Amino acid sequence: MARSVRIKDHHAESQLFEQRAVVAAVLMVIAMGLVISRLVWLQVVKYDYFADLSQGNRIRIEPIPPNRGLILDRNGLPLATNAPSYQLELTKEQVADVDATLAGIAEIGLIDKENIPTIKRDLRGRRSFDAVPIKLQLTEVELARFAARRHQFPGVEIRPRLTRYYPLAESSVHAIGYVGAISEDDKKRLNLDDYAGTTLTGKNGVEYAYEDQLHGRAGFQQLLVNAQGRSVERIGNEAAKLERKEPVAGNDLFLTIDMRVQQAAEEALRGQRASAVAIDPANGDILAFVSTPAFDPNLFARGLTRPEYLALTEDPDRPMYDRVIRGVYPPGSTVKPMMAMAALEYGMVTPADSVFCRGAYRMPGVSRPWRDWKPGGHGHVDMRKAIATSCDVYFYDIANQMGVDRIHDYLAQFGMGTITGIDIPGEKIGLLPSTAWKKKAFRRKEAQMWFPGDTISIGIGQGYMNATPLQLAHATATIAGRGQRFKPRLVRAVRNVTTGQVTELKPSPLPSPHVNDPGAWDVAIGGMYDVANAPYGTARGATANALYKIAGKSGTAQVFTVAANEKMRKPGELAEHLRDHALFIAFAPADAPRIAVAVVVENAPAGGSGFAAPIARRILDTYLLTPEQLAEQDAKRKPTPPPPPAPRPGETE
Amino acid sequence: MSLDAIDSSRTQRTLTGTAQLLLALHLDGPLFIALCMVGAVGSIVLFSASGSSLDMLEAQLMRFALGLIAMIMLAQVPPRIIRNAAPVAYVIGLIMLLLVMFTGDIAMGAQRWLDLGFVRFQPSELMKLAVPLACAWFLHERPLPPSLTSLLVVGLGIGIPTLLIAEQPDLGTALLVAAGGGMVVLLAGLQIRYILSVVGLLVPVAVVAWHFLLHDYQKQRVLTFLDPQSDPLGSGYHIIQSQIAIGSGGVFGKGYLNGSQAQLEFLPERSTDFIFAVVGEEWGLIGLVTVILLFMFVIGRALYLSATAHDTFSRLASGSLALTFCVYVFVNTGMVTGLLPVVGVPLPFVSYGGTAMVTLMAGFGILMSLCAKRKLVSR
Repeated sequence: MARSVRIKDHHAESQLFEQRAVVAAVLMVIAMGLVISRLVWLQVVKYDYFADLSQGNRIRIEPIPPNRGLILDRNGLPLATNAPSYQLELTKEQVADVDATLAGIAEIGLIDKENIPTIKRDLRGRRSFDAVPIKLQLTEVELARFAARRHQFPGVEIRPRLTRYYPLAESSVHAIGYVGAISEDDKKRLNLDDYAGTTLTGKNGVEYAYEDQLHGRAGFQQLLVNAQGRSVERIGNEAAKLERKEPVAGNDLFLTIDMRVQQAAEEALRGQRASAVAIDPANGDILAFVSTPAFDPNLFARGLTRPEYLALTEDPDRPMYDRVIRGVYPPGSTVKPMMAMAALEYGMVTPADSVFCRGAYRMPGVSRPWRDWKPGGHGHVDMRKAIATSCDVYFYDIANQMGVDRIHDYLAQFGMGTITGIDIPGEKIGLLPSTAWKKKAFRRKEAQMWFPGDTISIGIGQGYMNATPLQLAHATATIAGRGQRFKPRLVRAVRNVTTGQVTELKPSPLPSPHVNDPGAWDVAIGGMYDVANAPYGTARGATANALYKIAGKSGTAQVFTVAANEKMRKPGELAEHLRDHALFIAFAPADAPRIAVAVVVENAPAGGSGFAAPIARRILDTYLLTPEQLAEQDAKRKPTPPPPPAPRPGETE
Repeated sequence: MSLDAIDSSRTQRTLTGTAQLLLALHLDGPLFIALCMVGAVGSIVLFSASGSSLDMLEAQLMRFALGLIAMIMLAQVPPRIIRNAAPVAYVIGLIMLLLVMFTGDIAMGAQRWLDLGFVRFQPSELMKLAVPLACAWFLHERPLPPSLTSLLVVGLGIGIPTLLIAEQPDLGTALLVAAGGGMVVLLAGLQIRYILSVVGLLVPVAVVAWHFLLHDYQKQRVLTFLDPQSDPLGSGYHIIQSQIAIGSGGVFGKGYLNGSQAQLEFLPERSTDFIFAVVGEEWGLIGLVTVILLFMFVIGRALYLSATAHDTFSRLASGSLALTFCVYVFVNTGMVTGLLPVVGVPLPFVSYGGTAMVTLMAGFGILMSLCAKRKLVSR
């Protein structure tokens, strides 16, 4: 290389340049070689790795929610369906001013002002390109109102979706339950993989209990997305091959409920705080399941507004409260047939043994008398007549003889004091008292003691004892079936929507009550038959002229204790909420029972035989008669529509 | 066959005519054709990278045409004038850089533009040409290899505009400007010991720069380059996505307009700095190597031309322009493939963007003027 020279040497400089240029060219080749080897590394050696990564980049899996199974009555009448509905959905990124938009929508009355904070909270949790429902199930009027102004609300769209729809609204809502938005608690319980894309889940009743049958399995589809996660149709000019797995629709359920019976019962109970359950004694099928007042489950599928929710929860009549399985009432005289059988079982009396009833029972050594509902007394009554006339004195006596623990042990075999095992959740066990129970239930030593006097009230289904209407109906069905017992059930069959195959569910038998002498059934059933048919039967008024034979038992549960020295009052004289509950249990036809029923009316205007028995009769008629027979019978009665039969003086049964 | 004969003679005549025209215009045939090919490939790639935007394609073709005109016009300017204009252009560029510092428009968070009233102008682009030309002008009359004093002067001449541009901040252009000047010095025969000492000096300079001069985003780029996964959705995103795009292209590519990374917008800056990854995704290794070979031909041809130039100024200036083009290509491809940290250097003639394309073509025009075989050699 030329050493530093002071004069310019053009030839040397030119050579120097050439030298350097060659070095530069070599360096360039090395640099580009580096880049190319890097490319070989990326595109050949690591090709599989990057190809996988690029797949993950552009395909997003989007769930397809399954169609929820239908709920049908036992004859296939749809009770819960999936209806297309229109909902208002807002996509954040397309809305310039979310606050103004929501305020505008509130102004045209599609959402409530109070709900805006809730909606905004919901929006915050979602991605900006997700369409978030802000109002479900638009009515046609609302639809039209929005359509006329939609240009004012860019980014807000009306979209059709399937939502749960209950065509009969309030009818049998406590049995069916309802669906509502998936809550945090639900998320712990549900397999969330199958709930991707689903917003509603069963909240109560059959909708809750049979969630795994109804829901089905979610499907999915692969979507081509860009880096913003937005769905696009194709990459460049080639439509992509995308996988799609169809969802598996949920199974349809056939309920045991017969809507004819159900609606007749609902009609008969309208306006009352009441419940009625009808059971088929042959298999435990629940034919009617009524709790009034009720509510419209469609509100929950749509999403309740706060005022609507408050209106439901703060209603003093508690429409959401399922009286059939959660209401507990003193069973009153409806326990007498069971009590009689217990006395026979323990050999306390024979059916023919008679007691002379003077209108009050006195326990040896206790000055206070236990009064009969009939001030003059019933005179001589044997067991069957004691049931038929509902003689309290007779049952005070046998209860006293048996003692509470034997009563407890025997009545427990009818399902009292325990859950019946119905296929929906939330059942109360009622209370079947015993000495052991009292020891546990009370803290104070003195209160833990069981007094013989406690037992006497139990004899007529009062005192500590209480039961749910379902337990009463279940016990009635047990008597009707002469000991044959089944878990009550609301679902009879499951239909696979894909194959169309219907699987009948087997009834679940329960152990029968023990009887030393099967004749005990005849006595109990005979007594109940006389209630409805003997001239001295307490319910003969309500059961007269039936085209079949009814066996029943009335009951009146005291809410307000009348002091011993006070004059008995007529139910009408008491404040409404202090009035007695009216109860009636029945089955029919008496010789070959097909239906057993329990009716409980809270604070009824009349007693069990007067008010509850006609309702039970209506239910039995509807189930046992043909529509023509029913219409004919109604026509005969029309001229004198039965006013709530005036209570006979002093009757409390 | 007579018809064939006529045809082939016509073709021959056309070719000869074209060659003569190119010669008359002082254009180098092979380089001119190679540049046109690069421009054509670039336009095809850009159409896909822009998401099939005809508007962008049209704008790019317009700029290419503008660049061609600039190139042809500059090729007509006698080398003497270019040589004499070099220091003037340098001074004007420096003044404008200072003006930008105080008054320039801010675009994309950086102060790079000077609004001249009728046109918005990026003085740093002018400096890409002015710095190497001025360096060549300064050195061409002095004995080579340059003395230490000359080196210090040239060092200042390169350093001041480089720092001004880096402060805008535009690290990519600063790098190219420094490279342009640096290449002149290297080609002028800078002694090995100086090269070694500069490298030795770079280490403390780098430390000082890291702590006092670099912007946070620039530091972040370096950090991300060292470990892209540290911030996959933040600054590492570019590198990760571009490597996925290239890697998933494989040997043969996914096909034109079918690169999912690019078409679905996973690849950021797909039509500008990262367009090389689009080529890799859609055309595969074959496409990329073809593009690289095309660039290498351009560089090699330019370097060859500069070696044939008749005077020192022409040699140094044109050699520097050729090598700066090489730096362009290497820095861009290196950054897109993850070999180098992300600095904003576009892929010449392919990336979307106006000024750089025109500047490059102007550079090639100057190169052609300086290296043209003239009948009367002007010294």
